[in-house]
Amino acid sequence: MNKFLWILVLSTSIFFSTSYASNDVSNADKAEEAFDPTEMIMHHIADAHVWHIVSWGEGDYQKHIQIPLPIILYDKGKVHFFSYSRFDHDTHIAESKGSYFLYHHGKIYNSDTDGTVEYDHEGHIANSVPIDFSLKRNVWSMWLSIVLILWIFLTVAKSYKNGPAKPKGIQAMMEPIIQFVNDDIVKMQIGEQKAHKFAPYLLTIFFFIWINNMIGLVPFFPGGSNFNGNISVTMVLAVFTFLITNINGSRSYWQHTLVAPGVPFFVKILMIPVEIIGLFTKPFALMIRLLANITAGHIIILSLVSLIFILKSIYIAPVSILLSIIMLVLELLVALLQAYIFTLLSALFIGMAVQEVEH
Amino acid sequence: MDFLLTPDPGLVFWTTISFIALAVLLKKYAWAPILDALQVRSETIEQSLQAAERAKAEVENLVKVRQKMMDEARNERDELLKETRQLKDKILVEARTGATRESDKIINLARIQIQAEKNAAIKELKKQVAELSIDIAGLLIQSELKEDKKQKAIIDKYLENVNFN
Repeated sequence: MNKFLWILVLSTSIFFSTSYASNDVSNADKAEEAFDPTEMIMHHIADAHVWHIVSWGEGDYQKHIQIPLPIILYDKGKVHFFSYSRFDHDTHIAESKGSYFLYHHGKIYNSDTDGTVEYDHEGHIANSVPIDFSLKRNVWSMWLSIVLILWIFLTVAKSYKNGPAKPKGIQAMMEPIIQFVNDDIVKMQIGEQKAHKFAPYLLTIFFFIWINNMIGLVPFFPGGSNFNGNISVTMVLAVFTFLITNINGSRSYWQHTLVAPGVPFFVKILMIPVEIIGLFTKPFALMIRLLANITAGHIIILSLVSLIFILKSIYIAPVSILLSIIMLVLELLVALLQAYIFTLLSALFIGMAVQEVEH
Repeated sequence: MDFLLTPDPGLVFWTTISFIALAVLLKKYAWAPILDALQVRSETIEQSLQAAERAKAEVENLVKVRQKMMDEARNERDELLKETRQLKDKILVEARTGATRESDKIINLARIQIQAEKNAAIKELKKQVAELSIDIAGLLIQSELKEDKKQKAIIDKYLENVNFN
């Protein structure tokens, strides 16, 4: 408890000093652009072609430390591969194999040597876009998590090689969690007979979501990415669950879904479309739930920190920090809880699909 | 804001590939060995527990057997002791009766002998007393009968004592 208080005091004082500094600057330079929390937060939870580590300074003197990430574009039958740093600092134009690309607010557009931008009548950029396979921040964050997961579980697996023994170290930490997922989620929802077939997928998805959520909660490099708050990721995971559920669907599952036995005809007309829609809403709910929970957590913590800069008052800092610490602790729980819920529901859907019901 | 709900094909592509790779790698090198090991271990633990239970039962059985053996041995010892004691008593009694009988026999013999000796001695004594009496009587008679008066007195005395009834 004492240690926790000390960290609180220490972090508070650091924030005090930084907000003092920014206060001084803002007093000195009234023309400074007003702090826009929405832009900052959106920038934070979005993916990026560059891995930003730290910035300091104001206006033109602002300095960034960031890692330019590899850009991979597929356009008109050609693959373009270059570094983000090739985009010109001022014009944001990069040339590759005779094509010109414009970088604008996190998106890459086809353009020409002058970086011409055409707008449609709603004010959106109408330039064509190449297919962007760039290894963006989230990809690197995911690879970091994969390296971490492989390292953890290969180490754990190695400790089982010498026959049954008392678990120790990382093995002792992970074993109860593995057993929990295997026994209380997989076996409980799918049943003893078929559990072994789906346990690897469900264990992988559980630790993949959990570890990525945890990495997302680390407030400095290389953490902080909003990986599971990205719809592309949750969509891929939900599609995996959807495919596994329906590929392994039993006869009675399909019968139940498509024929609805034992139901009067006029109810069937209603039931069958609902059942078929239900096939898709289940993974859709999985996708949105994970995305919304993780993104919301990031937004809340960032908003609480932004409070200091919105109110331009150092006195709000302790409140802000206390609240963000509480939120971070809550997010640690949410990180695990969302992994649990996603795995549990996936197991539940798979369990319902593989079940052989006698009518 | 629209980026929030618009999937990014690049990230979808990399996530799909990476997740499949991770799942395959983990399945082969982590989950299979770990789950197998856990299964083996839980079976081992169950078997060990059962074995321990059996061993415990066996030990209890052994304790019972030992107790029984000890009880039997004790009973046997008691039995032996009892028998021995009885035997001792019997021997003692026998020895005592034997000794008594023997001593009685000896005493009887001695008594008979003593009696015989005594009888013989009495006979001898009687004989001697008779002889001595005769001698003394002879002597007395000799001395007494030297005077006639005295002879007469004696005869009178005898005659006085004689009852003619």
